[in-house]
Amino acid sequence: MDYVNALAIITNFILLPGLTYGSQLALGAMGVTLIYAVLRFSNFAHGEIMSFGTMVCILFTWLGQSYGLSLGFLPTAILFIPVAMFFTVLYCLLIEKYVFSYYREKKSNPIIFLIASIGVMFFTAGLIRFIIGPSDQSFNDGVRFIFNVREFKAFTGLNEGFGLKTSQAITFLMTIILCALLFFFLNRTRTGKSMRAFSDNEDLALLSGIDPNKVVLLTWIIAGGLATFAGVLYGLDKIYKPFIFLQMLLPIFSAAIVGGVGNPLGAFFGGYIIALSELFVTFAYKKVLGYILPENLEPSSMMQFLATDYKFSVSFIILVIVLIIKPTGLFNGKTI
Amino acid sequence: MKKLITTLLALCLMNSASFSDVKLGIIIGFTGPIESLAPDMAAGAEAAIDEVNKSGSFSMGNVSVVRADSTCIDSSAATAAAERLITSDKIQGIMGADCSGVTTAILQQVAMANGIAMISPSATSPALSTVEDNNLFFRTAPSDARQGEVIAEVLMEKGLTNVALSYVNNDYGKGLAASFEKNFKAAGGTITLSAPHEDDKGDYSAEAGALAQAGGDILVVAGYLNSGGKGIIQASLDTGGFDQFFLPDGMIGDSLPQDIGPALNGSIGTLPGTDSPGMAKYSDLASAAGFKPGPFSMESYDAAALILLAMEATKSSDSQVYKYAIDEIANAPGEIIYPGELGKALDLLKAGKDIDYVGASAVELVGGGESAGNYAIMEVIDGKNVPVSYK
Repeated sequence: MDYVNALAIITNFILLPGLTYGSQLALGAMGVTLIYAVLRFSNFAHGEIMSFGTMVCILFTWLGQSYGLSLGFLPTAILFIPVAMFFTVLYCLLIEKYVFSYYREKKSNPIIFLIASIGVMFFTAGLIRFIIGPSDQSFNDGVRFIFNVREFKAFTGLNEGFGLKTSQAITFLMTIILCALLFFFLNRTRTGKSMRAFSDNEDLALLSGIDPNKVVLLTWIIAGGLATFAGVLYGLDKIYKPFIFLQMLLPIFSAAIVGGVGNPLGAFFGGYIIALSELFVTFAYKKVLGYILPENLEPSSMMQFLATDYKFSVSFIILVIVLIIKPTGLFNGKTI
Repeated sequence: MKKLITTLLALCLMNSASFSDVKLGIIIGFTGPIESLAPDMAAGAEAAIDEVNKSGSFSMGNVSVVRADSTCIDSSAATAAAERLITSDKIQGIMGADCSGVTTAILQQVAMANGIAMISPSATSPALSTVEDNNLFFRTAPSDARQGEVIAEVLMEKGLTNVALSYVNNDYGKGLAASFEKNFKAAGGTITLSAPHEDDKGDYSAEAGALAQAGGDILVVAGYLNSGGKGIIQASLDTGGFDQFFLPDGMIGDSLPQDIGPALNGSIGTLPGTDSPGMAKYSDLASAAGFKPGPFSMESYDAAALILLAMEATKSSDSQVYKYAIDEIANAPGEIIYPGELGKALDLLKAGKDIDYVGASAVELVGGGESAGNYAIMEVIDGKNVPVSYK
């Protein structure tokens, strides 16, 4: 029984939050990695594109709510993700047309793209603050929990328990569906294969008759769509605040690089690796060890590897270790 | 032509003279982690200034206000704002700043350099008690050294002897946490874990996890209600780590129970405040003027009133002169002055009589110009912060 209690603590404090956060990072990182693979630059504006998508979703949710729209125990925002995706993709295409296409025609160095994307990032951040303001918005109007800790404890009779938030369940479900769709598209469909061919060797792809404009367009559509999902799911689960998307760039890029940049499967697992290690390293194992170890070995200290202040440094450390030991990432992406 | 120019010049001069006789700067965090409190604070200070203007008894003419944003957390933005008010708007006193870090920065880098007096309504860091200030710094809010004492007393009285503590990693959080830890341990309480948190993060599950593992009867959250403090509470509730929270002054505001919902009911807190008649009078005054007497709004009113009364007492709008009168006005002896009686106070001062400004927050300045510290013990009941007793 003690092992079950320990497992419940780990599930409640590490596994569930870690997997949720990991899913959100994975969706973000897959967008970054796709843009890197096909368009060949690191898009620093990706965090703000996530923010933009979330903002559009929130605005439409408010509109819907003012007409009395509601999904019952599910958050209303889910209904408007497709609308938000549409506007986000539209925004991405506008950026592509007015910023990046110019450099693509000139065949500029990737570093110039990167700097242009930083410009786009600041522009988008300003635009978002202009439209929705800098303060935080809570837009999760559904039922917060599927079951909470107290209900779980009463049901199982355990000392410890875990709760499952509606937003966590939605995140898991959506991530699985989206990833399945994405990998099916990339590996099985003709268009997906043409995208991968373009990513592998641009010249050969052009010679075999792949339309580069179509590939670029598709990449933005997929990346913009994934970014919207990542942002909305993050906002539903936690809170929407324009400022935090700048901070999320580091874990997202870490996730993409750890998995192997340019490799969507790598980005997927990278997200979970980063999120779970952040939590595993900063968690205090006092209670868990108290349940597992024999009575006289119970720890008196907190049994914490790193104070929670150093949470963000974990993604840095992993990034550095991976770049030193295996620069191509765990799933053999490209070297940066 | 010559005549025309002279008339124009004269007009210009007259204009600039009547435009503003005395200017006060209001520097508080209109944006940032306590932005939900700022409008009521500014309205409080401006109510005092309006009252003085309307009374017609202020001998230096009309008082005008210039607002600036302290951002609460960004010292460079705050000092730039203060610098602008002093050098280009030529203010003669500062009502502000709000958060302890930016207040210290403005005091040391701008106010002392320019010799401008400032009265903060809400900077509560104990470090400000001992900082070098050339007698220019006052505050109508008590030091957190006192708040830490009060929190420890309240918790011990309620029998909550085993607590976890999460504080925001800045001057306010660290000062309050240190004072609370010292007092609580001295009273025989145990702190299971004292961990800092950063503001403006999206995710606080790691912090909440560590705190929950340490355990305790209640979680003391010395943070800000619009930022990290709220995140910690939300994450703790989500993971079931804690059911009850202790909310010091930075966490008291209407938006917190609204955002968190019924789960916050039963949490307790402290907020500078008194049950003196001044508070009731201030509530009436505020509702008549159309704003809420929110947290630190009373202290803001008192801060602005003190500056203007001190100017009247010394017949000077020069900080270097009127700064010496502030302590005298705020403390006994003299006729007691409540909110809404500023006109009377000005007349008394004009007649050379002594006043004891009590104001809305029962101002009593001790130890180099800071409030002695009266606290209301708050409880969240049905989604509202309600004062239940006073200390």
